[in-house]
Amino acid sequence: MRTADLLVFAGTALLRHRLRTLLSLLGVAIGVTSVVVLTSLGEGARRYVLGQFTALGTNLVVVIPGKNETTGALPGIGGAPRDLTLDDAQAIRREVRGIARIAPLASGTEAVSNGERSRQVPVLGTTHAFKEVRRLGLSDGEFLPEMEARRGAPIVVLGKKVAREIFPGERPIGRVVRIGEFRMRVIGVMDSRGVQLGVDIDDAVVVPVATGLKMFNKSSLFRILVDAETHADLERMKNDILALMARRHEEEDITCLTQDAVVSSLSSILTALTLALAGIGAVSLGVAGVGIMNVMLVSVSERTFEVGLLAAVGAVRRQILAAFLFEAALLSTAGGTAGLLLGFAVIAVVRRLYPAFPVAAPFWAVALALGVSVSVGVVFGLLPAARASRLDPVHALARKG
Amino acid sequence: MIRLSSVCRTFVVGGRPLHALADVTETIEKGEHVAIMGPSGSGKSTLLNLLGCLDRPTSGSYVLDGEDVSELSETELSLVRRHKIGFIFQSYHLVPRLDAGGNVELPMIFAGIPRGERKRRVGECLLQVGLADRKDHRPDQLSGGERQRVAIARAVGLGPRILLCDEPTGNLDSTAGKQVLDLLERMSHEEQVTLIVVTHDPAVAQRADRVLVLSDGRIVRRVKGPEIGEAWASFARERQQKAEAES
Repeated sequence: MRTADLLVFAGTALLRHRLRTLLSLLGVAIGVTSVVVLTSLGEGARRYVLGQFTALGTNLVVVIPGKNETTGALPGIGGAPRDLTLDDAQAIRREVRGIARIAPLASGTEAVSNGERSRQVPVLGTTHAFKEVRRLGLSDGEFLPEMEARRGAPIVVLGKKVAREIFPGERPIGRVVRIGEFRMRVIGVMDSRGVQLGVDIDDAVVVPVATGLKMFNKSSLFRILVDAETHADLERMKNDILALMARRHEEEDITCLTQDAVVSSLSSILTALTLALAGIGAVSLGVAGVGIMNVMLVSVSERTFEVGLLAAVGAVRRQILAAFLFEAALLSTAGGTAGLLLGFAVIAVVRRLYPAFPVAAPFWAVALALGVSVSVGVVFGLLPAARASRLDPVHALARKG
Repeated sequence: MIRLSSVCRTFVVGGRPLHALADVTETIEKGEHVAIMGPSGSGKSTLLNLLGCLDRPTSGSYVLDGEDVSELSETELSLVRRHKIGFIFQSYHLVPRLDAGGNVELPMIFAGIPRGERKRRVGECLLQVGLADRKDHRPDQLSGGERQRVAIARAVGLGPRILLCDEPTGNLDSTAGKQVLDLLERMSHEEQVTLIVVTHDPAVAQRADRVLVLSDGRIVRRVKGPEIGEAWASFARERQQKAEAES
């Protein structure tokens, strides 16, 4: 007996009761859809959160002024932390090994205006390296050019939203905007990146760091972002920076953050979440399996005489078992495929509605859902099929067809 | 062809043994046309099931085509049925969702015959029973006589050595019944197929070469086909007298 023949035989049996077939197929489809969609949402959440962190770069060490730990002393007694300066940034660049890029970052909030149109936005003062460190893209023009950090320049790169708001329908490149007291020439517009860890890069502008410090009337940097050449070097580099800064400031008054520990623990939490969601979906697959078993049992008892007939014409038990098992598997596979398509459709809709949320069916979930749906058919089809194959042909034939 | 020696078939019903067949010894030759008659409960169906290898004797031996089938495993019996036996049932037992062609094809599918070969044979078989033009009709679109002819086409598809018919005309009017019997006889004659017909209709039985009359699991009469009318009448009288005497 060939597989193609089995397929046709099982197919005609299923087509005989279209509604019944459709309903039990729907059960499996819903089960598979829920597995695929739920795991996609879980995976989406994982990617979203990790994306937020990795957008900063997993090789990143963030140097923050101030010591982030509670000491016995009252605030202020140890003295305010020393400023984190451009000199510090250059010293780190010069003396610490294994640095790929380093971007000092000054930050403030200023009104950015073009004539009447004005918008209060975060202003980031930084250098050329910031683009690489933050993985920014440009939708138009240029980013800050490479130049001596201490030198300012009256140039600005706009966030996408800022550009849209103060230059509606116009190309901002080459135009002049006012930022606080300063007149600055627009040299570029950044790509949309959405909100990243609270800073909406779309609604911010970037200026050279020295200009920024002058603009904010500050001497201290907000952060220094250091990108390591290799991930393995991260810990050593962090310690080197701490040691260097302790020497320069004569005390340990800075904090170094790396994403590493946070990212990996978040990742495992969110993977567990995804698995839990997959489990919930799997329950509905199990329910669908019981549905298949029910339908197959009805089918077997309805077709008792047919089983007797198959025995009479010389079908061996194994073939009868295979025929009914194949029917159940066909049912659940068709349901699984339909569920998969439905799941992908739902994912596509979610993606369209929430473009920033990276829902994606993980490959393992798709494979698992399909595999489980086929095995659900086989496992739950086994009992009815075994019942069919164990029918006594003499009794089975005595039933009226 | 068929040799039954002291065949017994005992069922246990309600804890007590019931001898459905008791010591049946009979030989049926190749190509012979034999009818089996008997009142209900006489063991006709049990005998037919044994002859058709759907069941095994409790004791005694059944040699079919030189092979003792009373000792075969279930799978081996399936293969004997597949290759040597064709069944015809009173209620046709066509699979309702399959058309005539599909029903005839069914045994061939399970026998693993390739598709092209199957299509050819299905065509031939339907042609033999005069239903070539009904190939795509489902059973509910066919008359009773046509359905039984489809069933015959199905039974002969794998070239059986025995055709076992259980009341083949039981659900048919006399015209359709005669057509079906003519067909069965013609096919058994052409291919030298042994034809065994269980019936309680003497008119059907009298067409056979020989008739076996069963009563209480034993063969109580063996007569030539044309003589069954009288033999059956006398058998019926005897039974009635016996029943009256007992009551």
